[in-house]
Amino acid sequence: MTVSILIFLPVVAAVIVALLKNGIAKHAALFFSVAELVIAGLFLSKFIPDATTQFAIDVPWIPKFGIYFSAGIDGISMVMVLLTTLLVPLIVLSTYQHKYNNEGAFYGLILFMQAGLLVVFTALDGFLFYVGWEAALIPIYFICALWGGENRIRITIKFFIYTFAGSLFMLVGIIYLYLQSPGKTYDIHEFYRIGLDAKHQSLVFWAFFLAFAIKMPLFPFHTWQPDTYTEAPTAGTMLLSGIMLKMGIYGVIRWLIPNAPLGFVHWQALVMILAVIGIIYASLIAFNQKDGKRLVAYSSIAHVGLIAAGIFAWTEVGVQGAMIQMLNHGINVVGMFFIWDIISRRLNTRDISQLGGIAKVAPKFSIAFLIIVLGTVGLPLTNGFVGEFLLLNGVFEYSAYHYFNIALAAVAGLTIIFGAVYMLRMYKNVMQGETNELTATFTDISGSEKLTLCIICMLIIAIGIYPHPILHISEAAVNNLIQTIKIKQY
Amino acid sequence: MNTLIIISVLPIVLLYLGLYKATKSLLPVTIIGLLVALGLAIAQWNNVALPIYHGMMMFDNFAIAFSGITIIATILILMLSKGYFDKISKHVAEYYAIILFSLAGIIVMVSFYNLVMLFIGIEIMSVSLYILAGIKKSDFASNEAALKYFLMGAFSTGFLLFGITLLYGTTGSFSLEVIRDWVLAHPHADPMFYTGIVLIIVGLCFKVGAAPFHFWTPDVYEGAPTLITAFMSTVVKTAGFAAFLRLFSACFAPLSDFWVPVLLVITVITLFIGNITALYQQSFKRMLAFSSISHAGYLLFAIVALGSGSANSVFIYATAYSIASIIAFGSLILVQQQSGSDNFESFNGLAKSNPFLAFVLTIAMLSLAGIPLTAGFMGKFFMFSGALAKYHVWLVIIAVVNAIISIFYYFRVIIAMYFRTADRTELVVPAYYKVVFIISALVTILIGVYPDFIARFI
Repeated sequence: MTVSILIFLPVVAAVIVALLKNGIAKHAALFFSVAELVIAGLFLSKFIPDATTQFAIDVPWIPKFGIYFSAGIDGISMVMVLLTTLLVPLIVLSTYQHKYNNEGAFYGLILFMQAGLLVVFTALDGFLFYVGWEAALIPIYFICALWGGENRIRITIKFFIYTFAGSLFMLVGIIYLYLQSPGKTYDIHEFYRIGLDAKHQSLVFWAFFLAFAIKMPLFPFHTWQPDTYTEAPTAGTMLLSGIMLKMGIYGVIRWLIPNAPLGFVHWQALVMILAVIGIIYASLIAFNQKDGKRLVAYSSIAHVGLIAAGIFAWTEVGVQGAMIQMLNHGINVVGMFFIWDIISRRLNTRDISQLGGIAKVAPKFSIAFLIIVLGTVGLPLTNGFVGEFLLLNGVFEYSAYHYFNIALAAVAGLTIIFGAVYMLRMYKNVMQGETNELTATFTDISGSEKLTLCIICMLIIAIGIYPHPILHISEAAVNNLIQTIKIKQY
Repeated sequence: MNTLIIISVLPIVLLYLGLYKATKSLLPVTIIGLLVALGLAIAQWNNVALPIYHGMMMFDNFAIAFSGITIIATILILMLSKGYFDKISKHVAEYYAIILFSLAGIIVMVSFYNLVMLFIGIEIMSVSLYILAGIKKSDFASNEAALKYFLMGAFSTGFLLFGITLLYGTTGSFSLEVIRDWVLAHPHADPMFYTGIVLIIVGLCFKVGAAPFHFWTPDVYEGAPTLITAFMSTVVKTAGFAAFLRLFSACFAPLSDFWVPVLLVITVITLFIGNITALYQQSFKRMLAFSSISHAGYLLFAIVALGSGSANSVFIYATAYSIASIIAFGSLILVQQQSGSDNFESFNGLAKSNPFLAFVLTIAMLSLAGIPLTAGFMGKFFMFSGALAKYHVWLVIIAVVNAIISIFYYFRVIIAMYFRTADRTELVVPAYYKVVFIISALVTILIGVYPDFIARFI
């Protein structure tokens, strides 16, 4: 049993689904994505949580140029695979109430994107990684541009060019590493052994960092994000925020820091500061958002900023926190966008000021909404708490300069307070207060909506109460990686 | 070598067929003839290649590979010609014949082993093209294109010839072998030789449409009938680069310190001029003309970073670029016939009326833009790898910037087709076109996913 099943099933499924008619396509897509989840579950049951790479596949692709189709799953990849295979069926399920024209293409693209994402999360070959990276971008571009809102043309091309630009620089970095590698291959383990001097590592660092920072997105590379999230169809927003931005974070853990540790150390303080600025900046903008979807988009920048800070600290606690928080953020943000999808589909508006009092007419909806809000703000016993706690702990342990870490951790910690303020205020304005003419028409959730929200809420609480199994998956791999890539503190 | 003979005899057969008014059999005979020529070329694959005809030509693997791709591209283009020439004039046989004469010149260009043959090959090809550019006799733009192309072409041939003469003057021979030996014996070649190299670069850059010698391209490409433009921008360009590469890797490689800076400058200018000008075009056809200039820039990478992988890079890049361009020009012909315009707007809403056509054109545009899983990406990837291997880091970064710029204009077509709406009736895509589109799209994806099957050719 190798990882190739996991990668190629969605490709086959995408082709099948793309050829199906409206009406059947969505069921087929759900079927295939659940099948993929089951397979991922199978992998998980056979997975031994040590630092080794398992289920590996390694076949020649373009052997003349040292390119191999080489992929495998270790603890870090396993969490990402779980994230992807768990969220895609949820996202498909969340679209059940929508009528998309040309449904086959829509769901086919989602499944194709899933294949690209899984390639990124399991690739052990630089070239394969890059191909997966772009293979995930093309479908999401078309999803956003074909089924998006009114300004979609301008905004999606901006998104595409931004991310494509970043990834091209990464490609140059990958080719450069290949040329430096002793065995002239794209094998990641060979890359780790190259040992360039600090100056060249800095160049490699920036080549990779641009791609990842744009994808996450990290301040100041985030300008494409709120517009794209707002204009994209909800499924597209969920894919982008739930899974795709984790490509950038995963890339930092697997490709950026281990490949250019000296370059990273040189710029570590700067990127930490950027991450923290992003947290504060995005939180402040989120305060003033009237559009609910946009508010969630900015809150996502803030949360990702914290995850990035945790990783850049490069401590075991911080990276472990990032691992679990990636999963949590994926679940929470998908839930949050789904909430806003339900509201805007029923009431045709996302303007917070026009809403209010929905809790009275839709109690089930309001409970689900509340749980997701609490998970997002990181209340203890919800999943967000575990991740944010570990992340802040990691930032605190990062000690480049005296007091610098304390200041950083303190400022980064503000995200929890800020998050609580704008999220709870949003909840209050939307759900509580007097029911007005518009919100009185709100009907409570049912059917597929109830199922989706139910699953999300259960995950939020379950991970919040007992996060150990998930932390355990990646623990050995993270520790091993950090031991190997020990960064000297100057 | 039988390939060349068949391709030279075939047009004469066609002319006789035309004489006896057998217009229906023209296309099948041409395609069968070309397939035979292709088969004969491939049969010689991996044979020990020796110079033939008193050292005038050498049919080595390089020559076979490039003959193969130019013949295949010609077949695909000719399949698009069904019904196309008939509308222009009654003398259909002549057009097939002239295209094949041009192809014969191209076969000479990719297999020359003597500068005289290079010159003769280029001339056979060019003279045929001058006529082809002007086949719409009553059309003003077509006439302008032909005249412009002729004047510029003659001018550039002069440069090339002058360069060849200077090389002859220093080395005393036209033979590539003798020139190479002379270069090896004289590591510090004398100024006359250097001047010769520069003049040859100028002449060849004219032919392949590299800036700043590109001024004829947009007008000629726009004015010439679309099918001929397709031929010029794919087959002819491929042949030009094959000849360029063959000459430089055979003779001038040891002197790279001298000519690499010259070509570097030309490459950078070509990339920027091609891409930035393409941004401002309203006409799809003119955009393709400028984009072909920028692709010439990428192709020059292989010569700037001359090495063992160069032939491979040019081969993959030229293949990717040619098949994608054939789809683009084929779609343009169809859209032009329906709407009478070649502007981007005439593609609006094509995805609704013709999903298949829109889909293959999207694949072609993604390939031209160099998006992974298409052939175009592999081409760019090999070019970038080659250039980085020779430490041309800045060149690659400039190329990356240009690749990003090119997204804008390639995606304009995709955006027009998918995201803009227009009232339009369904285009009729003839069966021949469908075959060409399907083959080209499949090859594009195949090379993009598994380039190894083509990468091991050279």
